[in-house]
Amino acid sequence: MTSMHGGDIVVVGAAETELGALPDVSVLELHGRAGVAAVRDAGLDLGDVDGVATAGPLAMEVSHYLGVTPRWLDGTMAGGGSFMMLVRHAAAAIAAGAATTVLITHGESGRSRVGVPRWVPNPNSLGGQFEQPFGSFAPYSSFTVPARAFLHERGMGPRDLAEVVVAQREWAIPNPKASRRRPTTVEDVLAAEMIADPFTKDMCCVVTDGGGALVLTTQERARDLASVDRLVHVLGSGESAEAPLVSQMEELGSFHAFRRASAEAFATAGLEHDDIDHLMCYDAFAHLPLYMLEDLGFVGRGESGKFIAEGHTRPGGQLPMNTNGGGLSYTHTGMYGMFAIQEAVRQLRGEATVQVPDVKVSFVQGVGMYFATAGSLILSNRV
Amino acid sequence: MPEPMTPVPTPQTQPFWDGAARDKLMLQRSIQSGRYFFYPRGFVPGHVNETYEWVEASGHGRLASYIINRRPLPGYENESPIIALVELDEGPRMMTNIVDVEPIPENLRIGARVAVEFRRRGEVNLPFFKLVGES
Repeated sequence: MTSMHGGDIVVVGAAETELGALPDVSVLELHGRAGVAAVRDAGLDLGDVDGVATAGPLAMEVSHYLGVTPRWLDGTMAGGGSFMMLVRHAAAAIAAGAATTVLITHGESGRSRVGVPRWVPNPNSLGGQFEQPFGSFAPYSSFTVPARAFLHERGMGPRDLAEVVVAQREWAIPNPKASRRRPTTVEDVLAAEMIADPFTKDMCCVVTDGGGALVLTTQERARDLASVDRLVHVLGSGESAEAPLVSQMEELGSFHAFRRASAEAFATAGLEHDDIDHLMCYDAFAHLPLYMLEDLGFVGRGESGKFIAEGHTRPGGQLPMNTNGGGLSYTHTGMYGMFAIQEAVRQLRGEATVQVPDVKVSFVQGVGMYFATAGSLILSNRV
Repeated sequence: MPEPMTPVPTPQTQPFWDGAARDKLMLQRSIQSGRYFFYPRGFVPGHVNETYEWVEASGHGRLASYIINRRPLPGYENESPIIALVELDEGPRMMTNIVDVEPIPENLRIGARVAVEFRRRGEVNLPFFKLVGES
């Protein structure tokens, strides 16, 4: 009997494309190249894949582009954190026997906009009636708006946002794939161009092109694969959602979907916070790791800023976080979630560019469509 | 020249915009629980056995959070850069702009009292908010 959680389902393939500015590669080609690389990494061929999941293009566009004949498709679109949900859904499907080997792809031409549908404003939508007329369109003028309430309630301020950037830059400095690698200070971050006060440019993610993909199957089936020594087990997962409009989140200073999704991930894995060696927190903007540290329960209410400023998430700290540099310094194609999972897989395989010693269990927290959706994964290199 | 977005109502949101046209901030309220909700729907969210009524809100609330947008999109250069969340005294929260104040954080205390002021854009009246003295 194969279970969705507990380690029976494994990541057997994981790969990223080149990242940065890729003006000669379309969105679908990014999905394709990432998918090919992940299947190759697993020691499989595309004929072995019978399930395809993606967010962005339709799942059948990706399966056909790759030459895969699917018997299971999932196109759950929950924004940048879709991929945490897709791993969870794939684990359920494989455990239920609806698919054997699932390929999850991401690709986005966020910077060069090659093969990307043009965004058409819709003044008839809820956002078009109740948010966008007030100039709240772009991520920097939407996702950021609740942050001042979070900071105010806790007696925190812009320095706490800057500390997030500085801590994560330390991970990016030695990483050649990272977009922002210049050493920085709290003063530098605060002095950068103001984008959406209190957010300076350095508190906003980079904008890049790139792709990534994962292959999941059963531990049983993985025994025959070349990747058998590098298995990453799905121990637990969770997902939830709140409001599609950032103005309608239940509580400005806490995202309840983070609480629900992470609680389910801990419960399904049967683990506690002390069991987590490594943390990935989807960081499109610098306030997100602060919300996540508190909402996931790694620190108490109001303790997130101090925890980061004291260095606990930096190299050598007790809870290494966003060890690729995160969306703020590593890469952010538009839907960063895939890259957070990729870094967790690399750390658990012992293949990360800036490797944390002795990582056994990694927690990956996703967010999507501003404060709308949440997906959580607990991954491990052992059962 | 690009223009700022003008809402286009749906049949479900029309009563809100009809109220705005008369300078009235209209909200829906559950008749059974008395709880207000926003954005408009044709039923009470989460409760199949409740019914709602449209009522005029006070138009008063408090500033709950905001950014000062230094990168306005084309069409918004002459609009207030204060993209704010206002918590109405009735409970619901709305996105808006705070108008008629110099956009610096020193002027924008979290919790400050605000009041609605409707302003015309195209075919609709939009609910903006102004700071008002403590009372």
